[in-house]
Amino acid sequence: MTEPTTIAVAMSGGVDSSAVAAMLAREGAQVVGLTLQLWDQTRMAGKHGIPEAPKAGRCCSLDDVYDARRVAEHLGIPYYVVNQQERFERDVVRPFVDEYLHGRTPIPCSLCNNHLKFDALLQTARSIGAGRIATGHYAINEFDPTRDNGRGRWILKRPADRAKDQTYFLFGLTQEQLARTLFPLGRLTKPEVRTVARERGLALAEKPDSQEICFIPGGDYKQFLTAYLEEQGQQVPETAGELVASNGEVIGRHEGISSFTVGQRKGLGVSSPTPLYVLSIHPDSHRVTVGGDAELATCTLHARRLNWISIPALTGPMRVQIKIRHRHEPAWATLEPVNPAAATASGEEEVQATFDEPQRAVTPGQSAVFYDGDEVVGGGWII
Amino acid sequence: MRRVYMDANATTPLLPEVVEAMRPYWTEHFGNASSIHQHGQQARTAVDRGRETMARFFNCHDAEVVFNSGGTEGDNTAIFGLLHPGDHFITTSIEHSAILEAAKRMARFGVETTFVAPQSSGLIDPNDILRAIRPETRLISVMLANNETGVLQPVEEIGKIAAATGAFFHIDAVQGAGKIEFDVRRFGCHLCSISAHKMHGPKGIGAMFVRKGTPVDPLLVGGSHERRQRAGTENVPSIVGLAKAAELAMHSLDDGTIYRLAQMRDRLEAGILELAGTGVNGVAYPFDCHPERAKRVEGPASSLSDDKPVPRAANTTNIWFDNLEGEALVIALDMKGVSVSGGSACHSGATEPSHVLMAMGLDKNRARASLRFSLLKTVTDDDIDHVLQVVPTAVEHLRALSPVAAGTLG
Repeated sequence: MTEPTTIAVAMSGGVDSSAVAAMLAREGAQVVGLTLQLWDQTRMAGKHGIPEAPKAGRCCSLDDVYDARRVAEHLGIPYYVVNQQERFERDVVRPFVDEYLHGRTPIPCSLCNNHLKFDALLQTARSIGAGRIATGHYAINEFDPTRDNGRGRWILKRPADRAKDQTYFLFGLTQEQLARTLFPLGRLTKPEVRTVARERGLALAEKPDSQEICFIPGGDYKQFLTAYLEEQGQQVPETAGELVASNGEVIGRHEGISSFTVGQRKGLGVSSPTPLYVLSIHPDSHRVTVGGDAELATCTLHARRLNWISIPALTGPMRVQIKIRHRHEPAWATLEPVNPAAATASGEEEVQATFDEPQRAVTPGQSAVFYDGDEVVGGGWII
Repeated sequence: MRRVYMDANATTPLLPEVVEAMRPYWTEHFGNASSIHQHGQQARTAVDRGRETMARFFNCHDAEVVFNSGGTEGDNTAIFGLLHPGDHFITTSIEHSAILEAAKRMARFGVETTFVAPQSSGLIDPNDILRAIRPETRLISVMLANNETGVLQPVEEIGKIAAATGAFFHIDAVQGAGKIEFDVRRFGCHLCSISAHKMHGPKGIGAMFVRKGTPVDPLLVGGSHERRQRAGTENVPSIVGLAKAAELAMHSLDDGTIYRLAQMRDRLEAGILELAGTGVNGVAYPFDCHPERAKRVEGPASSLSDDKPVPRAANTTNIWFDNLEGEALVIALDMKGVSVSGGSACHSGATEPSHVLMAMGLDKNRARASLRFSLLKTVTDDDIDHVLQVVPTAVEHLRALSPVAAGTLG
């Protein structure tokens, strides 16, 4: 097959991944560009208020595939679009919908990174003779041979450009995935990346960053839930229920739990002299508990479905900083395994984190990522 | 790197004779065939000669040949030009999207379509067409050769059904033209569409046989070109190229080229089928086991005989490979210099499982793991040898890969 030194670059049609392809091609590596076709952007168009024409600058829009193809042509590298729509729907979209229906607030990007951007892409890359992949994520990975009693471990670290740090979405990477992945932008800043793109004559050097969830045109997830379930021949489940204060007093009603996320202030439909926030969502009773700002803060969180990066396993208490959502300043906490004996038996590991200072809006469905300085220790999903 | 092209059903290169024939018509004889002066007359002569050639190709009168832009236009013209609200249309679920999408559009205008499914062999049973007939059935459209499997459809029987029931009959002959003997009278059709670029002619030009008296409305209106059946200045160089390609194609049906092509295809197929976990999609009889396969393959003799139904176009084979992703195999082969196709490209360029194979009842995984090898008439023994070296290595490599550990999320 092709030389094992071939590198497959995941090309989204954006500046970052285009710059990666340009950098690797300039270094003389054998580069092949791959774009994952994940979602048909026209699939829900025009239904339940979703815009007819998806904006450019989102994953899998035709414009982005066109941009990626142009970059590949410009660099003179082979380029292919790989169909991963079924897997994306199964591993990302469906779980996203289910999480909302169960009163949680999901982050599809982490699921996509793990299942599609790394697992599926690595598989495709290896099939076509590329031993490694490169992506435009802002993160640093390196092998530290001294870890784990000299067995060595792959380490994931925060990038030079803190504002672009994407390690929060990458906590699920396995050692093998880290070993086979290059993050060439980890030590660059976004302006430097744009300069690389400009120097290499890439027409899209000034293209704006994409922000929204790629499969939700217009960014309204409620419209998407309705349209998706309707397409699947399902109804949005009836989850209307009571709005209750933290003392148990019923203060109103709501039309469905999937409209709420912990920490939400707008759209509660009740008036109060002081601002009210969603404190918790109870999928079984359909109750949504609300309360004042102070009540939002909690000192502990529990997480499951864990992945460990800098350590092979958590065996005892560990001091870490924890990030509980993408735009959250990591907060000091003590992390410890919950009932390790039972976890070993059931295979379902759980950790508890006790924060030094109470944290606002710990939200089930989001991920908690544990840092030791710049290093990602590991992470899991908040329950 | 040596490159071998085995995607002739997607398109073909122009033969040198075709390029030569077209050459004077770009700059020297550039006239508009509608003009009165000498420049125009030269162009008119070229178009007329081309029409005569195409009439021989179709076996029809000159006046029954309409030049157009190719297969999609021909397919669309048959449907949009003949069907009216309240009409019923019969086609098959293995047609080209130019038929399927046009039928879908007609649904908005009150035309109901019956999509007849193929048998698992890929053949359309004429009885299924007959069963679908209704009093208001106005048009039947069936392809001559399937683009994915090469399976040749029983158009003559379907032509008889059309004649007996009074329905018009259109043949999408894009994939059959130049590969089998062609005779629209024998086929019994009213309309027949072909495209130049599938038979070593230029892209963007085609022709349609329109039987005299068939009331098909033109798709494009404007000038009185093509006896008012297709407006637009004649694409003279391309018409010349199409005619030359058709002439060469007719010749190749007589000179043993097709016989040789079938032998090459059979050797390729037998070679690939030596790999375990492979099989052919789309033949008239079921078989999976490879040693038997080489003997039971339909011989070139039967492929060319007049009295027997011919199962497949001589240049095409469609093969499934268990335990791998077809899309990855197509890419891996491309990177090794072999151009083949798997499934159909969606708008972004990603591969969708072939609707033809799905209609034949293949499960999605097998449809996804199927590749089409379609040979050019210019294929050489060396090409076959090369592909037979590259394919097994690539297949074994893909199968040997264990999936990368899936991580812990979700």
